[in-house]
Amino acid sequence: MDGIFALAVNNLLSPIILFFALGLLAAFARSDLSVPESVAKGLSLYLLFAIGFKGGASVAAHGIDATLLLSLLAGAILSFVLPFVAFMMLRVMTGLSVTDAAAVAAHYGSISIVTFVAATSVANSAGLSPEGYMVAVAAVMEAPAILSALWLIARYQGPGGKLEAGLLQEILLNGSIVLLVGSFVIGVVTGADGLAMIAPFIVAPFQGVLCLFLLDMGLVAGRGLREARDVLRPGLFLFGMLMPLTGSMFGLAAGLLLGLSPGGVMLFMTLSASASYIAVPAAMRVALPEANPSIYLTLSLGVTFPFNLTLGIPIYLTIAKVLTGA
Amino acid sequence: MQTHKAKRVEITIEAVMERRLTAALVKAGVTGFTILPVLGGSGRSGQWTREGQVSRAGGMVSVVCIIKAEKLDPLLDAAFAVVDRHIGVVSVMDCEVLRAERF
Repeated sequence: MDGIFALAVNNLLSPIILFFALGLLAAFARSDLSVPESVAKGLSLYLLFAIGFKGGASVAAHGIDATLLLSLLAGAILSFVLPFVAFMMLRVMTGLSVTDAAAVAAHYGSISIVTFVAATSVANSAGLSPEGYMVAVAAVMEAPAILSALWLIARYQGPGGKLEAGLLQEILLNGSIVLLVGSFVIGVVTGADGLAMIAPFIVAPFQGVLCLFLLDMGLVAGRGLREARDVLRPGLFLFGMLMPLTGSMFGLAAGLLLGLSPGGVMLFMTLSASASYIAVPAAMRVALPEANPSIYLTLSLGVTFPFNLTLGIPIYLTIAKVLTGA
Repeated sequence: MQTHKAKRVEITIEAVMERRLTAALVKAGVTGFTILPVLGGSGRSGQWTREGQVSRAGGMVSVVCIIKAEKLDPLLDAAFAVVDRHIGVVSVMDCEVLRAERF
């Protein structure tokens, strides 16, 4: 128990969390602090590029094996399954309509790449080296949840959600996924030599860039919470913290069954626990425009993201370490 | 100076629908339009600002077209087919242009 407490305190006092908290506080205090939109976009491109490339280089060093393919399959299955779990919990815990519950559920089947980046950073700081291919697992887990949400709508409400021809292509080829997977593949191809060539750019400055990005995320989450606090009823708020813990148990089971390293198990838990706030909201606006965006955005970005960042990640790390005997 | 009557159609719509709207407009024979970013506003869902939007899902754009009156109905039909289920505003105004052959 002391170990979990110490880990949580260490995590809470790390620069990335403190910068996130600074952003939250600045937003709550209505400060005019802001990160320009194009700068935030540049920071996110950098993080995706760096994490993808380093993951690829790690795979190049360790080789491609059956566990990699099974992990990708497990990620896709989890992304399909988790929206059903979230949907049932929402129907029991909240009074959300089928449409809103399905839209929220889709977010919890998909992933937050920033939470993944932060968890990777924490795992590395804790001396755990997660499997590099977890980056590819993250990419695989982005989209299947959207199909589950549309199926839920069709099942409970008749054909309401629309999966038009171009939407799936937009989801699969959205810029974040293309850059993440592309950098991963380049990392696999170029390996350690490639990494050595660009390490001064993607290794040393990484933590600083992540701090700045999380400052922006804190501002965004804080402003979102401030503007949508009326939406956050107690049941929804509770769901925003219970669902990540529930999802992480599915990730834990998958990671242990696959025999992943402690870092890999922790990242699988984090991926299963996180909720999308970039790819899925855009898809939901196209496919399910009747769903209320302030509910799903506030939950995923205003509740689950800060929860995972501050408490979730240390919990997942501790459980992964204990159960893998690390 | 000689001016000519025309219609100015302004469609404010979610950014994720922009490409679908412009494709529908082109299909309806409207090849000239201008797309502007929207900084914020207020509507049935409350106040909204571009600041604090983490993705395009939360953004809005404004598509402005100036057309001859006879092209108005096909444009509105095409626009409505896209806007129908989504957040957005379609407005039509009378205006005057200097070079009628360009519209």
